[in-house]
Amino acid sequence: MKHAWPIIKRELMGYFRSPVAYVFIFIFLVSTSGTSWYLGNFYTSNEASLELFFFFHPWLYLFLIPAVGMRLWAEERRTGTMEILLTLPISSVTAVMSKFLAAWLFMGLSLLLTFPMILTANYLGDPDSGVMVTGYIGSFLMAGAYLAITSFTSSLTKNQVISFILSFMVCLILVMLGWGVLTRTLVEIFPVWLADLITQFSFTTHFNGLRRGIIDLRDVVYFASIIVVMLYANVLVLDNSRAK
Amino acid sequence: MIEIRELSKIYGNIRAVDNISFRVEKGEVLGFLGPNGAGKSTTMKIVTCYIPPTSGTVEVGGKDIFTDPVGVREQIGYLPESAPSYPEMTVTEFLSFIAEVRGYTGAERTRRIDQITELTSLRDVQIQIIDTLSKGYRQRVCFAQALIHDPPVLILDEPTDGLDPNQKHEMREVIRRMSKEKTIILSTHILEEMEAVCGRAIIISRGRIVADGTPRQLAAMSKYHNAVTLKLRSAAKPALMKDLEKLKGVAEVAPLAGKKDAPTAFQIFAQKGKVILQEVTSFLEKKKISVEEVYLEHGRVDEVFREVTGG
Repeated sequence: MKHAWPIIKRELMGYFRSPVAYVFIFIFLVSTSGTSWYLGNFYTSNEASLELFFFFHPWLYLFLIPAVGMRLWAEERRTGTMEILLTLPISSVTAVMSKFLAAWLFMGLSLLLTFPMILTANYLGDPDSGVMVTGYIGSFLMAGAYLAITSFTSSLTKNQVISFILSFMVCLILVMLGWGVLTRTLVEIFPVWLADLITQFSFTTHFNGLRRGIIDLRDVVYFASIIVVMLYANVLVLDNSRAK
Repeated sequence: MIEIRELSKIYGNIRAVDNISFRVEKGEVLGFLGPNGAGKSTTMKIVTCYIPPTSGTVEVGGKDIFTDPVGVREQIGYLPESAPSYPEMTVTEFLSFIAEVRGYTGAERTRRIDQITELTSLRDVQIQIIDTLSKGYRQRVCFAQALIHDPPVLILDEPTDGLDPNQKHEMREVIRRMSKEKTIILSTHILEEMEAVCGRAIIISRGRIVADGTPRQLAAMSKYHNAVTLKLRSAAKPALMKDLEKLKGVAEVAPLAGKKDAPTAFQIFAQKGKVILQEVTSFLEKKKISVEEVYLEHGRVDEVFREVTGG
């Protein structure tokens, strides 16, 4: 993995070499705080916690993360730099991991920049900082899962728009499965155990505990396994598309 | 240094590479020739471990592309056909990135980048964003990338593509200078380029090797090899051509200029493996025919190329 660091560095710097990083961070901050203030009525909720702030993350990530990740492999394919990258003395696994980690770190940075929300909560009341930290960790983990899906769909095409739409659709399904309205319908149609099983595949279901400050190992394992499975699929796609 | 054994690559039902075997030793510059779509790039992509072959294998410096692809890649500098590079980086940033992935850091990295920047004449543009560079410069940036680790093996897919005549000349000089300590495979469809830099050439067509030899040997396969071109002071008598055709070793006499039955210049083709210059000149002397020009052909690679590739 000693070769990974230069790739991570290059990718991460890559965001800041273009206006992409600044535009993204701006939109990220406006949308995450905007939703909690206006849609979530953060101010009138009379609660000094970030629960409302995190509540909208699964929905916002639906747009924001495919926007960050759509170019990961599609761009390499389109410009032909994939031929340079994958003939360097590194394995496909290293290449996939490094690019993913760089994008994930970038998301982490964007998330850290929402710190004024913490300050506000602290100013307004006396929030439980453990709960807030858990919420951030949960949100970061969930972002990783979205990003791994996007990285995978990005490796399927050289077209960034297709890459965006594919990952948006996959993530949308994973969010919707745990959406209150839909779960109620599911329970009416299917036996309870099946409805439960289906909702177990949802981002929302697994994020609900974390955003309230409850660390359940199952939730962590869920997000981690989505990351591992999707990145593995990503490696397979890269290797197989070249073998054809 | 490079050993290619029974290599095949099948796309769907197209045999892009069809059972190719050859070796390239250290110090050799091998020119890879062939029409577009003959399988040159595919073979190079297999050697660099970018795509796996359908069957057969390649060994580079004793390392196999299947069992040790990273070991193979460490020894190779590769310039892909489209000469890609990350357009948002500056030349130095890009070279620095490649150097770091190749395991060079600190002063060693700086030294290498400096040396390669000089060698590939990129000094003037080193702090420019690659996206703003012309095609010729981008080609050289990608070439520089292939040299940063001073690899024992260079795989260059059409290295002079898109360069102007001066840059082409410069590129060939650099390749020639490096050729002693390295093993180089370069593909081209410019025949003069092959003759200028390659000690050996392989012509492939439809995925198969159809000719393999030094540029001289390839030229010798031509029907022009050892042909004699004559230019006379006055038109020849019709009988002269008949007489020339009867000479030992002569295959055919073809008029080049003047009237068809009384040409002022013609070409005398030799039978395969025969030398006819002596024969022709002594005949002309005996007949007291005054000659303005005599020219001995060595053969034409372009003609051989068309012949063996069925173009």
